[in-house]
Amino acid sequence: MNTHLFIKAASESGPSPVIPKPAEIVVGLIAFSILFMLLRTKAVPRFEKAYSERTNAIQGGLERAEVAQREAEIALQKYTVQLTEARGEAQKIREDARAQGAVIIEDLRAKAQEEAARITAAAVASIESERQQAINALRNEVGALATELASKIVGEALDDQVRQSRIVDRFLTDLEKSN
Amino acid sequence: MIKLLEAAQPGFKPPGSGDFIFQPIFGHSLLATKPVVLLFFSVILISTFFIISARKAAVVPSKLQFAGEAVYGFVRDGIGKDVIGEEFQRFVPFLFTIFTFILTNNLFGVIPLMQFPTMSHIGFPVSITIFVYFVYHYVAIKKHGLGKYLKDMCFMPGIPKPMYILLAPLEFLTYFAIRPLTLAMRLFGNMFAGHLLLMLFTLGGEYLLGSAWFLKIFSAISFSLAVGLSFFEMGIQCLQAYIFTLLVALYIAGALADEH
Repeated sequence: MNTHLFIKAASESGPSPVIPKPAEIVVGLIAFSILFMLLRTKAVPRFEKAYSERTNAIQGGLERAEVAQREAEIALQKYTVQLTEARGEAQKIREDARAQGAVIIEDLRAKAQEEAARITAAAVASIESERQQAINALRNEVGALATELASKIVGEALDDQVRQSRIVDRFLTDLEKSN
Repeated sequence: MIKLLEAAQPGFKPPGSGDFIFQPIFGHSLLATKPVVLLFFSVILISTFFIISARKAAVVPSKLQFAGEAVYGFVRDGIGKDVIGEEFQRFVPFLFTIFTFILTNNLFGVIPLMQFPTMSHIGFPVSITIFVYFVYHYVAIKKHGLGKYLKDMCFMPGIPKPMYILLAPLEFLTYFAIRPLTLAMRLFGNMFAGHLLLMLFTLGGEYLLGSAWFLKIFSAISFSLAVGLSFFEMGIQCLQAYIFTLLVALYIAGALADEH
């Protein structure tokens, strides 16, 4: 019944809705054309401009960031190399210093030994000479003492030089013989 | 419910295609009817909105520009770029106009006070289809030449020769009659039926409200159905605008393709 009424209503109310009215087609064409021209000239180019500018801005930003990153990497590499070099240099300096220290110590030791040897030698020499002097002095002293003793014992003045030395020599010879 | 409606029948006149016919708002000109006024209002509305939102073209968009760009970008990238490919740029204004024009006029169907989808008058979908028809044939003929275009269209490669007796006329019809017809009819039919449905539930609810007291309950049901269906319609209106634009893009892409 509903459908029946619907069909009746449709058939009652003039032309079928699927038949386009020419006037409406023309109006549609005009309206669409106006809208198309407006959007095409005023809206689309502006949107596209914003798009490309934004793309550029983002791309530019990315590129700048990439450049900065590359620079940072290069700097890091440079600093790393410099640091390694500095470490190596410090190591070398330390080794040099150690070597130099060893050389200096060796030098000093040699000098000290030399000095010690020199001092020892000097001491030995002076001791020897002093001993010689003591022996000579002793000999003279002993001679004088012995002569004096003998003269006292013998009671005879042995003033005469020749006689004196003869007597001493004899004495000494006897002494040596008895030894 | 149907029984109740039938019981209430004597006074109830269900909505029909007659409700799609409007008298001129002023004077006697056909150009002053509601659909035509709505159509031109949509032109003013769309162009104003997009021209203002695009005016600054700032790298960092304002809310308005962002809204405009969202719609533009949807058509440009979501339909144009994805479907047409390389040469999409020169068709973007056309697709953009089709999408916004249809969408706005469809949505008029659920916007209070307007409440009439302009595209339910078949003349308007037909006028858009005329543009589409010329555009995709023009593009194809310009690219391949008329002879090659017709040959590629009717004689698809890789098919046994006798089949061409059947296929060639079918393909020819598809390109020259079925495509434009379905394009216009689909949009018109959806909008027409949707509007009719909304009218039925609204007018039915109104009629039941004036009936016996126990029928007033059904009036409430009818009205709430009308509200629910309005949201449903909104979805269909957006979908139809999208489908129409997508199909246009597909036709253009087909016209540009080397093999049909």
